[in-house]
Amino acid sequence: MTATARTPRQSAPSPQLTELHLKMLRQMLLIRHFEEKAAEAYALGKIGGFCHLYIGQEAVAVGALAALRDDDYVICSYREHGQALIKGISANAVMAELFGKATGCSKGKGGSMHLFDAKRGFMGGHGIVGGHIPLGAGLAFASKYKGTEQVTVCFFGEAAVNIGAFHETLNMASVWKLPVIFLCENNRYGMGTAFERVAAVTDIVEHACSYDMAAELVDGMNVLTVYDATRRAVERARKQSHPTLLEVRTYRYMGHSMSDPLHGVYRTKDEVEEQKARDPISHLAGKLKEDGVIDQAALDALDAEIHAEVEAAVKFADDSPDPEPGELFTDVLVD
Amino acid sequence: MATLTYRDALNQALREEMQRDPNVFLMGEEVGVYQGAYKVSRGLLEEFGPQRIVDTPIAELGFAGIGVGAAMGGLRPVIEFMTWNFAVLALDQIVNSAAKMLYMSGGQINMPIVFRGPNGAALQLSSQHSQAWESWLAHIPGLKVVAPATPADAKGLLKSAIRDNNPVIVLEGEMLYNLKGDVPDGEHIVPIGRADLKREGTDVTLVCHSKTLAVALKAAEQLAEQNVSAEVLDLRSLRPLDEAAILESVKKTNRAVVVEEGWPHAGIGAQIVDLIQRDAFDDLDAPVQRITQADVPMPYNKLLERAAKASPEKAVAAARRVLYLD
Ligand SMILES: Cc1ncc(C[n+]2csc(CCOP(=O)(O)OP(=O)(O)O)c2C)c(N)n1
Ligand SMILES: [Mg+2]
Repeated sequence: MTATARTPRQSAPSPQLTELHLKMLRQMLLIRHFEEKAAEAYALGKIGGFCHLYIGQEAVAVGALAALRDDDYVICSYREHGQALIKGISANAVMAELFGKATGCSKGKGGSMHLFDAKRGFMGGHGIVGGHIPLGAGLAFASKYKGTEQVTVCFFGEAAVNIGAFHETLNMASVWKLPVIFLCENNRYGMGTAFERVAAVTDIVEHACSYDMAAELVDGMNVLTVYDATRRAVERARKQSHPTLLEVRTYRYMGHSMSDPLHGVYRTKDEVEEQKARDPISHLAGKLKEDGVIDQAALDALDAEIHAEVEAAVKFADDSPDPEPGELFTDVLVD
Repeated sequence: MATLTYRDALNQALREEMQRDPNVFLMGEEVGVYQGAYKVSRGLLEEFGPQRIVDTPIAELGFAGIGVGAAMGGLRPVIEFMTWNFAVLALDQIVNSAAKMLYMSGGQINMPIVFRGPNGAALQLSSQHSQAWESWLAHIPGLKVVAPATPADAKGLLKSAIRDNNPVIVLEGEMLYNLKGDVPDGEHIVPIGRADLKREGTDVTLVCHSKTLAVALKAAEQLAEQNVSAEVLDLRSLRPLDEAAILESVKKTNRAVVVEEGWPHAGIGAQIVDLIQRDAFDDLDAPVQRITQADVPMPYNKLLERAAKASPEKAVAAARRVLYLD
């Protein structure tokens, strides 16, 4: 097991690295602005049901997915807008799905919690806590079986670690040496419950010992650390077909879902504000400015460009049709 | 008579039963500090403390089983599931442990345990979060299953469930928690196994339970405008089923429509139709009709969801069919 990874001090990053950093900044901003728009649309009643936002956690999806090949698999919980966008589903198709429109990535049938794009290796949005952890291992089982050298990253929250399926799956993934990365986004709370109130072992990485699995504890507010740790895990999966458990410490700025309070009995407003001071986007933007890669004007231009992209996605979703009534009865079984 | 929400009626039942019997305790996700995912347990942690209002991890299979074990050890657990969609993780303990314990121990160990939480669809929660499980649960010998539709029934049935010495499933509804209604003052108990005639009529019986009571009552109003007198029978208990009440009503009206939230295949309505055709065949003037959720997983899109759900319009159309009006 490796100790907490730290950002290596970089002197004069290479052009490729600079390009990657700029891409990551762009991607994090896309998620942030997309989610802000989703919150607005929810308040206007254009999005219904449960809608779980990713604001604060952007560095996790962006850093992890930067380490993947296009044909690798990603599978997530219901808090998956960010991963879906970065796996290549267009903002239009994700927003349209949140609006329940026919042009959405699940034809308007899945909604916020069930984004899918099988062609891009985005294997969903799953609503039952922990229920998709075995599915992630199953995808890896299939890749290994077929010899495709694809890697699967399975994202889940820290509260899912208390579900039996987590433990059953880690054991099998280790016994069968499956090319899967269990990426636990530890944002400290499952709804209104602080993890330490309901977990005997609060350092999730330690669970890897029980299953003889490689593991790393990662700072999830730093996209570069997430990227580096995931790269090591991907290499382990692709080259040796070994699973890894990553515990990525992060924080959600919003309430559990759009219908839950931002703070209250379970966490204080001060805590939320304190965490916001570690903002992953400001962190990377600050670094790039410091390195002279980007100046404020360029940053503002990037921001404006992404705002426009997200506005366009809202317009696309607004203008899109509802599914045909007959769609109610399709997709129950294939012929 | 006090006017209470369904939520507060359940809260009163829990509070009163916990005051009455120190062996009653509540366990589940977010029941304590967070005051309940749907605030049913509001204030109970403050009154009864963390020994009796127990916050759990997300571990449905585990804490349901711990509840069963605690019942074996002489306590009277009330196990709250945040919703019944998550309770399917615990089905092993409900079905294989709680429902079988008395029988397979040859009568030695009974199970005074309650499993409760919201069941069925709310609004736009999509496929995995919008499921009505009553026909699954009512299928199991060794369980009792109740599904109250009003605040008074919610209070009275939960109290009965807690006092029952058998495992009782209490199916609530997210969309019901804010519903207001009169609740009798003082000790208010509704016995398990009794249906309730919520509206009298002469032309057709609308059989319903839980959220479909509102559907049936609306349908009855619309039918009244069309000069059709519909009787609304709220089952309240799904196991045991009040067969006498169903037969009595059908013998009076000679026509029936069963309205339920779940899917059609092997649903609650199928059981009721079986009863009626067997024991009231000669009284029937038309085949019994059923209104259910469309036979598909629940879609997210608002219009598709509306089309999938049981509705007053569908119930009215079915009533008109059994009356040969169309
Ligand atoms: C089996 C199950 N139980 C309960 C729920 C209700 N629920 C939805 S999300 C959630 C909290 C999950 O927290 P965590 O895994 O930490 O993920 P986060 O929301 O923080 O991303 C709960 C209790 C559920 N969806 N599935
Ligand atoms: Mg969490």
